[in-house]
Amino acid sequence: MSNVSIYVENLSKQYSIAAGKSLQNNLVDQLTIGFMNLFQRSEDPDPDKDSFWALKDVSFEIKAGDIVGIIGNNGAGKSTLLKILSRITVPTLGRAEVYGRVGSLLEVGTGFHPELTGRENIFLNGAIIGMKKDEIRRRFDEIVAFAEIEKFLDVPVKRYSSGMYVRLGFSVAAHLEPEILLVDEVLSVGDSAFQKKCLDKIRNASLEGRTVFFISHSMTAVNSLCKRVIWLKGGQIVEDGSSTEVVTKYLATSLKGLDLTEEVWKDMNEAPGNEMVRLHRICVRRQDGQQSDPLTMQSPFRIEIEFWNLIAEANLHITVHLYTADGIIAFATGSQNDGPIPAGLFRTVGYIPGNLMNSGIHRFVVLFIKDSSCLIHRHESGVPINILDISKRDGTCYGKEPGVVQPMLKWTTEYLDMTPEIGNMKMNNHYTSDRDACVC
Amino acid sequence: MDIAAGIAPRKPSVIIQPRRGLFQLDLKSIWDHREMLYFLVWRDVILRFKQTVIGAAWVILQPLINMIIFTVIFSVVARIPSDGVPYPVFAYTALLPWTYFSQALARSSSSLVSGSTLVTKIYFPRLLIPLAATLAPAVDLIFSFLLLLVMLAWFKIVPTWGLLALPLFLILAVMTALSVGLWLSAFNVRYRDVGNIIPFLIQVWMYASPVVYPVSMVPEKWRLLYSFNPMVGVIEGFRWALLGKARPDTMPIVVSAAVIAALLTGGIVYFKKMEWTFADVI
Repeated sequence: MSNVSIYVENLSKQYSIAAGKSLQNNLVDQLTIGFMNLFQRSEDPDPDKDSFWALKDVSFEIKAGDIVGIIGNNGAGKSTLLKILSRITVPTLGRAEVYGRVGSLLEVGTGFHPELTGRENIFLNGAIIGMKKDEIRRRFDEIVAFAEIEKFLDVPVKRYSSGMYVRLGFSVAAHLEPEILLVDEVLSVGDSAFQKKCLDKIRNASLEGRTVFFISHSMTAVNSLCKRVIWLKGGQIVEDGSSTEVVTKYLATSLKGLDLTEEVWKDMNEAPGNEMVRLHRICVRRQDGQQSDPLTMQSPFRIEIEFWNLIAEANLHITVHLYTADGIIAFATGSQNDGPIPAGLFRTVGYIPGNLMNSGIHRFVVLFIKDSSCLIHRHESGVPINILDISKRDGTCYGKEPGVVQPMLKWTTEYLDMTPEIGNMKMNNHYTSDRDACVC
Repeated sequence: MDIAAGIAPRKPSVIIQPRRGLFQLDLKSIWDHREMLYFLVWRDVILRFKQTVIGAAWVILQPLINMIIFTVIFSVVARIPSDGVPYPVFAYTALLPWTYFSQALARSSSSLVSGSTLVTKIYFPRLLIPLAATLAPAVDLIFSFLLLLVMLAWFKIVPTWGLLALPLFLILAVMTALSVGLWLSAFNVRYRDVGNIIPFLIQVWMYASPVVYPVSMVPEKWRLLYSFNPMVGVIEGFRWALLGKARPDTMPIVVSAAVIAALLTGGIVYFKKMEWTFADVI
């Protein structure tokens, strides 16, 4: 209990839709409605129609130094939760206890006035988010250096590019050093170099024992930064646990139309094929776990093809061509021709190992080949192979890895010799931290 | 658990829960944010003078031009008396607090709505916004006051000891502006017609105040009701402090002060009650 940072109990927030309707923004309308209500029996507002619960009975406890991610679809209540914890709005029910100073990054550059210079806005913005004047003065140079706007300090902010604007706003907020930092999708603005800076700052905050509450839609960012993730849906907590688990479950349910895992044709006469071969069933499933679990880059899986062979003693084998979402063929793989097979229902299974596929949605085409070279039937499968990327990255790039495949191959490194004398070339030791060296 | 182990349980810095009750004034929070108040006022004052050429001069020009117009229309043409004091000085001493009041009112009533980005993104006592909007024009007042001193010297009017009461009346003027500003800014968030009414309201209010005419012109039987206008007391007070009349007419000042006190208390209570709904409604 002694290092609890945030304690939330049954927090709920109800919004009244009636109050938000524009009809009542006008005093005259309000008076008219009031007048008309005098002549009608007043009804209680229908709770279902006129209001909704943005948050309902949310409870959790966060310890100092945790980085907790909040995920959920749009409208799940994530921003409302942050607004309540930032004290911008008041809960309808429940309570929250906060231990320490709270800094929120709900939007970057809040309070910036376009006519004021960068220097003036640093002081203004700093004061607005809660820094004392001497605090701002002390950290002024750091703030300017982080934002990289030394040359433009005395230029009115309205002349800044949007990138500079965002960098300055984040820089001021990042130097607030609160005990609890609330971050709301700030990372969706700015270029990738800036996003990297933001994430580094967040990670450092946690290492210094400060709590971070982090809303994001980027599953890789959430998974890499946070050990614990809370999944909100419809204002309630659906899952609260380890980041890998919760993120996987979230991704599984949020894939619509991609949950088709098999195609079945019960009637041979209706099935795709011809007089030599007919398809019965195509299925893609994980090698381990449930059929409904999503496939990740690490998980081995199998493609099962069940077909009727109609010609006795045929020399058949199956080849599968795997296509990426761009329509590029990733690779082709096929079964071996093991000799003639009798007529009947067969199942051919192809085993795709883990750590081979790249992430993304793949399609495949099944080819039936007779006598090792004669294509007798081609079927484009409707079953998608959706490979998810939930790897933890150690803080450089957060985009998709390049390449049609992403094989994990064996690499070795061995020591050969000492470094030779460099001579006139200066040894640059200007990487002040490991992170600065990253160039992605 | 902690108590058993001999460690005192930590108190939370903040408890967030639904607001109950009418009188949660939370004045300590305002004191904690005094630096933010300073920066908000500083921002408003600086912005007045950025990118303007006559910026600083406008502060003096506005009451000066008004005074000239009033002198021509009300003194020369309409021959309104001015309590034994040269009309230009008479009008200008009233224009000082009046210009301040009208600017403060116009700014504070729209302050919450124009500050909506702050209101929806940052935690701070919302009272700071109309408060800053009320304090910023006081800086203008100081400049235009300098012109008044020049005028007093020109007309050879020597102020009496009443001058010491001037700061008091200045505070009264600020309180008036603040109290009306609190009510109006809170209403304006939800009912935007308030913003449209303000210019008209200020115009009417000016004629309901003794700016262009002396209080002595108001018939005795109406004077009590008339004094419910808080600016009556403020302007009478300014005139007495600066122009050295023998004895001030205390009744209007006292009545006005009482009205101001009531308005301000009510304004603060109402504002505080509505404060945390602004972010949801704005």
